[in-house]
Amino acid sequence: MSKKEDLAAALRQWEDGPVAKTISRFPERMKEFTTHSGIPVKRLYTPLDVADLNYSESLGFPGAYPFTRGVQPTMYRGRFWTMRQYSGFATAEETNRRFKFLLEQGQTGLSVAFDLPTQIGYDSDHPMAQGEVGKVGVAIDSLADMEVLFDSIPLDKVSTSMTINAPAAVLLAMYIAVAEKQGVPMERLRGTIQNDILKEYVARGTYIFPPKQSMRLITDIFKFCSENMPLWNTISISGYHIREAGSTAVQEVAFTLANGIAYVQAAIDAGLDVDRFASRLSFFFGSHSNFFEEIAKFRAARRLWARIMRERFGAKDDKSCRMRFHTQTAGCTLTAQQPENNVVRVTLQALQAVLGGTQSLHTNSRDEALSLPTEESVQIALRTQQIIAYETGVADTVDPLAGSYFVESLTNEIERRAMDYITKIDELGGAPTAIEKGFIQREITESAYDHQRKVDSQERIVVGVNKFTVKEKQSFDYMRVDPEAEKRQVERVRRLRSNRDQAVVDSALEALREAAKTDANLVPLILDAVRAYATLGEICGVLRDVFGEYRAPDVL
Amino acid sequence: MSSSRKIRVLIAKPGLDGHDRGAKVVARALRDAGMEVIYTGLRQTPEMIVRAAIDESVDVIGLSILSGAHMALFPRIMELLRKEGADDILVIGGGIIPEDDVPELKKAGIAEIFGPGTPLNEIVEYIKKNVKV
Amino acid sequence: MDGVLAGRRRHLAKLIALIENEDPAAAEALSLLYRHTGRAHIVGITGPPGSGKSTIVTRMTSEYRKRGRTVGIVAVDPSSPFTGGALLGDRIRMQEHSLDDGVFVRSMGTRGHLGGIARATSDVVRAIDASGKDIIIVETVGAGQSEVEIIDIAHTVVVTDVPGSGDDIQAIKAGIMEIADIFVVNKKDLPGADKKAAEINTMLDLDQNMGQWRPPVLLTNGRTGEGIPELVDKIDEHMVYLRESGALEEKGLQRSRDELHQIMEYRLTQELLSRLQGRPEYEEAIRKIAKRDDDPYTVAQRLIAEFLAGFSRQV
Repeated sequence: MSKKEDLAAALRQWEDGPVAKTISRFPERMKEFTTHSGIPVKRLYTPLDVADLNYSESLGFPGAYPFTRGVQPTMYRGRFWTMRQYSGFATAEETNRRFKFLLEQGQTGLSVAFDLPTQIGYDSDHPMAQGEVGKVGVAIDSLADMEVLFDSIPLDKVSTSMTINAPAAVLLAMYIAVAEKQGVPMERLRGTIQNDILKEYVARGTYIFPPKQSMRLITDIFKFCSENMPLWNTISISGYHIREAGSTAVQEVAFTLANGIAYVQAAIDAGLDVDRFASRLSFFFGSHSNFFEEIAKFRAARRLWARIMRERFGAKDDKSCRMRFHTQTAGCTLTAQQPENNVVRVTLQALQAVLGGTQSLHTNSRDEALSLPTEESVQIALRTQQIIAYETGVADTVDPLAGSYFVESLTNEIERRAMDYITKIDELGGAPTAIEKGFIQREITESAYDHQRKVDSQERIVVGVNKFTVKEKQSFDYMRVDPEAEKRQVERVRRLRSNRDQAVVDSALEALREAAKTDANLVPLILDAVRAYATLGEICGVLRDVFGEYRAPDVL
Repeated sequence: MSSSRKIRVLIAKPGLDGHDRGAKVVARALRDAGMEVIYTGLRQTPEMIVRAAIDESVDVIGLSILSGAHMALFPRIMELLRKEGADDILVIGGGIIPEDDVPELKKAGIAEIFGPGTPLNEIVEYIKKNVKV
Repeated sequence: MDGVLAGRRRHLAKLIALIENEDPAAAEALSLLYRHTGRAHIVGITGPPGSGKSTIVTRMTSEYRKRGRTVGIVAVDPSSPFTGGALLGDRIRMQEHSLDDGVFVRSMGTRGHLGGIARATSDVVRAIDASGKDIIIVETVGAGQSEVEIIDIAHTVVVTDVPGSGDDIQAIKAGIMEIADIFVVNKKDLPGADKKAAEINTMLDLDQNMGQWRPPVLLTNGRTGEGIPELVDKIDEHMVYLRESGALEEKGLQRSRDELHQIMEYRLTQELLSRLQGRPEYEEAIRKIAKRDDDPYTVAQRLIAEFLAGFSRQV
């Protein structure tokens, strides 16, 4: 008998003997154990579970194809992940202050949250903006606001991630213009724009234009940056929001990568060579509750993307196959009940992301189930990352969980199931078509409903919510956005419109309008408009006129 | 309740907030509890919500909002309902709504707010109990 | 009732609620409103899920509005046979008309009724007719073979399909092909659109029983609006045909006959059952039938005879 067969026999003996005896005395907690995605979790994993694992094919070395173990040879031994807390609220002054606070507290990168009117291309005095200005992020109506936002922040020294999608080109242009005024040329700028419209249609809702025109803007940005901004991440293909909308970990990987495939294809169809833009694509995942599933998920995603880029798109450069990603701890797992518990959840989720090899990390604050974070809360969130980095030693070796029979099995299984979904989506005609048919939305909502029913039936436990509850004391001092902020911002944008050179603005907007009707690259024209202090609403208004607005098929 | 009498519910997303997980999950739960559910979709103005509620003669309006704009939007919706003589419709809300805001919302006419962590059947039972059939 | 006739939405909506809930006041209201009905052109639209019915309806509505006509829309979705509940998901696709005073949209669940529409749909359409809408579009569930009840309600039935749906066999199955007054192949930008249209035309060529109206096969793109003005034209043409050929009048007579029969049948049965239900002799008769001591045919005959005898005694 081979060693494998010996082991198999011994395992059976162990199951039939000591295990059976133990179970007869006290049964296991559940009949079946599964991850959140429904992947069965066995009692024990052994070398048998990874017997077919070929190290060089499936794992390889950090920084080398297929990147399972990490995108960089030295990973955190060289440099910790970027500690990048998503923040923004009220007007540019308040947010600028919060940025400075976070940088002083040791954050190593900026991440900008914009309010909903800004994300949807409306100025703060638009009727649809009423009540929304500055509430979920900072209100930015023009370059003037952007200048205040980054006041005294040297753009050649920080990298900035901007969570902006439909109007990403406008905010990117504003960032470039602010840097110009600081004397920093665009080729030195480091950062990211989220710029991922497909997930907006599916899970996040801040879309403006229809799919074809949105893809055009995205590929315009890819082109512009490939020629002018070698250090800039042109897109952050996001799974976080898909997960927050209720998907499983497997679906998070599958739908994100399916969207990624659509973007790569769109860029190729627009005439770009894959190796010219693919290395600047980046990704964004959540870090949810099931500890090992999440770690395995990150590794599976890296390997699957690498394979897709090489085998499906024929990328020659290894860098084109390298999946770099940002992680945020899962907002949907935060509870309003016993908010202090959220610190514990976030700690575990942050650790998962680190053990999974993330490039940058945002940790949620304890109060975020009900509000934007106070300074005190966000400090704790930042300290969480710093404690993991400096005190635990987990960052001292690369991909420490590799070789674990369980983790490698899970990694394989997640990759396999995600690939099945991707194949299904391909059969439907690709992600954009699957979205039009409502397939992705329905899958997400079914998972969300399934989760809620399991919580309601206590099949899934949420501590403090359906078990170990207490009579809540209403003591938490939540952050409130100053209600005057909206008034101030409205006045400000109106003043701006009356104080600028209207002729220059008009001619810039007209040029943009004409170009939008052709297939010219719109980024330089948006830059011109931005420099002339055209407002975000005016620029997006022109594009709305020419492109039309997206009509959601919205599948319930 | 006769088999032909169904509770009709409008689930609405007022304002610019694009997070519809909660709205969709509640809609399904209400369907599974035997109700007819109309989901408005995103980016609804108060006028659109009130128009839909009246045309569809709903018994309940469920407002879902996570963007913090509830204090501006919910009272406006209640005002419009009153103007149209439709304020006998039961209006409930959910999403991210701080406890401190609840009293003022109730004063404006919102019957109940269901915060994060509310079990689905609590909402179902509340509706069944409070809708006059 | 004046509210409904004046076209006031709240009153119309309230009346529809009474109709759906089988409130006795509804029947009263409908009988009062009846003479004010018969004006609207009722268009049924049916077709498989995914063929873009809702988008077509929205586009049609825009086109009608451009031509100055008012529109009522009844959108029917299936109710769960287990819970009785329903997700009514058509209104959400008609956002652009949400504040147009010339458009009224009502979502209905089938509430257990098979046939593609709800039992109350016909009365609901009548109420909307009385409120003065020029066009009433009924979007049905469907379409399998049994979702054909729409022909009882609509003057013009539009059947939609999409290219590559692979249901050529389905189309041949009895029901769908025969009820169409107009065929629409939607999503014409997809490959196979012309082929599908050709298939339908071939099927029509083989139809021995066709009358004077040969259903046109139109190609549309619901998303861009291509082909929709032509669809609306054809629907108008169909009404002209119905009038000029006398088919409208004929259908109207048949419909009135059918409806009178239905109502009489329903009420007679209700009347008979109300006299029998709960009576010990009735329950006993049923028990005997179950034990095979008697048979339902004889019992029915006897009960009806008794009922009629009692009736004629009263007369």
